[in-house]
Amino acid sequence: MKMATNGDAAIAYSWKQINPAVVPAYPITPQTIIVERFSDYVHDGEVDTEYVTTESEHSAMTVAIAASAAGVRVATATASAGMALMWEMLGVCSGMRCPVVMAVANRTLSGPINIHCDHSDSMGARDTGWIQIYAENVQEAYDNSIIAFRIAEDMRVRLPIMSCLDGFILTHAYEDLEVLEDQQVKDFVGEHQQLNPLLDLSNPVTHGPLDLQDYFFEHKYQVIDAINGSLSVIKEVLDEFEALSGRKHFIAEPYMCDDADFVAIAIGSTAGTMKAVVDELRVDGKKVGLIKLKVFRPFPSQIIADMVKGKQGVAVLDRAISLGSTGPLFLEVNNALLSIEDSPSVCNYVYGIGGRDAPPSQLKQIYLDMMDGKSLPINYLGVRK
Amino acid sequence: MSVSLNLKDLSKQPSKLSRGHRLCAGCAESVIAKQVLMSTDKPIVVANATGCFEVSTTIFPYTAWEIPWIHTAFENAAATISGVESAYNVMKRRGQISEDIRFIAFAGDGGTYDIGFQALSGAIERGHQFMYVCLNNEAYMNTGIQRSSATSMGASTTTSPAGSKIPGKPGFPKDLTRIIAAHNIPYAAQASPHNWKDLMRKAGKGFDVDGPAFLNVCSPCPRGWRHDGSQSMQIAKMTVESCLWPLYEFENGTYRLTGESLSIAQGKKDKVPLTDLFKKEGRFKHLLADRWADKIEEAQAHVDERFQSLIKLCEMCETL
Repeated sequence: MKMATNGDAAIAYSWKQINPAVVPAYPITPQTIIVERFSDYVHDGEVDTEYVTTESEHSAMTVAIAASAAGVRVATATASAGMALMWEMLGVCSGMRCPVVMAVANRTLSGPINIHCDHSDSMGARDTGWIQIYAENVQEAYDNSIIAFRIAEDMRVRLPIMSCLDGFILTHAYEDLEVLEDQQVKDFVGEHQQLNPLLDLSNPVTHGPLDLQDYFFEHKYQVIDAINGSLSVIKEVLDEFEALSGRKHFIAEPYMCDDADFVAIAIGSTAGTMKAVVDELRVDGKKVGLIKLKVFRPFPSQIIADMVKGKQGVAVLDRAISLGSTGPLFLEVNNALLSIEDSPSVCNYVYGIGGRDAPPSQLKQIYLDMMDGKSLPINYLGVRK
Repeated sequence: MSVSLNLKDLSKQPSKLSRGHRLCAGCAESVIAKQVLMSTDKPIVVANATGCFEVSTTIFPYTAWEIPWIHTAFENAAATISGVESAYNVMKRRGQISEDIRFIAFAGDGGTYDIGFQALSGAIERGHQFMYVCLNNEAYMNTGIQRSSATSMGASTTTSPAGSKIPGKPGFPKDLTRIIAAHNIPYAAQASPHNWKDLMRKAGKGFDVDGPAFLNVCSPCPRGWRHDGSQSMQIAKMTVESCLWPLYEFENGTYRLTGESLSIAQGKKDKVPLTDLFKKEGRFKHLLADRWADKIEEAQAHVDERFQSLIKLCEMCETL
């Protein structure tokens, strides 16, 4: 079925089809449409979800963790300052192995206060043990939202996952969306599998005990092992989703990369704009390509290394900045290239901070500068210095 | 349904919190917890805030808990139990669980009066079915006896020391039980473990009401209050008899004094002067010096005024 809708409503629609047991909700721009639309489904009886309108995001994430530990499927959503307030609980969620699915409407972090898109919020949480997947458009946001449950709840993974979409650019923009049938979605995600559920009275379990020097490291290692190992599970789930929907999803999608001498790597909606830029440059005979990264955590180092091997130049686009260092994606790509002999020259383009528009003309200049050897190690796209 | 408060019957109840936990000798927390846990015959699931009670009962790979128990963080015991109860509701609706379960959140006064207050207020407003039990030892004992907004005026703590200029904690504690009552909660009460029948009767009511319940319990701490561990129940009794910690309940909008506090209000029992209590606790001893006589007067006046205000509420409710 086709509909015209925005990214937030698409996420809410996927939840309606999945009917999670518990959805803790707290409003924050630009995520709010998700919890608003979902409350319509709850109040009209289209789902039988326990919808918990908490008094803060900290409590929303706490409810998510506790309900997940209790033994049920949980979804929630946040953005920006809301995720910052949750931050303490993000590590608790992964550490307690709660497969919570969270939609993140990417928005910058204050201050000064700003409600628009960049990836500072989720990138700031990249070390918390959550899997992170990003969307290029509304269709991918919807698809990712369904895929996320399967990845998180897989018995080989059992980790929380952030399904990220660019604030306003995707959350509020209307696009064509092809949705699956309800039953197809239900069958794809399957029944929620419990693991040592708190509410099993016959097997009383102590969840979240004090864990000191003698065991903590081992428990953290189990998380390390699970998140690293999740990449092969993600691949399986993406392939299975393609068989169901006919839509191909990649951990990292190569676009016109095979014969390209210069490639860019981008996350989120900008990857869509970049594809148009690549098309334009290809008309002029420029051998350029793009790698669109869906999965940022775990970071697919080997896939990226294989894709950029033999290229002349790589531009890494970061919609976030680790203040005092570089963009976070740039760090990861450089790390991945350590395994390559004669690795291409790599430069970093930090762009779109606080929702600053990154139009095709500016993005095109990235390729032109790279080809002319004019790119600096770190470039701040369009900023007035 | 509430359980029989006959000691013989109670002694036959299976243990929910085992011995061998690592709380200090003389700590009232495990005594209070056992009294609460014995006050219903329904299965119980517990959420615990970070604090003495959490760290002392669960050091991995050991646990003193023989019933389901969860801890996630410090400021969110009420949100944690909200999440568990929400999962229970939907599982019940979907026919995935049949037992009639009761839910408890345990937290200290720091995790209740201060950092956990927002989560508690939110959970009560949402109307989850749970009982919140504040193990109130009037300071952050787990981090080393720092003052909280539950600390009595004049008490010496590691962040409100008995200095030469400022003798202990400057202000009076927040009246949290009445703030919770202002949420129009179905049931709220103050209790003390020395009067176990009163405490268990209140816990039994809290388990049975439709909606949230709140129990604020005086929990003497030998380390923080600086008294002999063998005297904890005696200290709890004196704290109640001084009216520093009145026993009362708020049930469906009605205030009612109970136990020793009711007897004092009815003139059947004498109030213990604060100075007598202060002599028993190291945290108050500095106030007995002549130069702080005005502080003791101020504290006594405050206690008298607060108790009078409770009496007035009970008179209005015609429960006295």
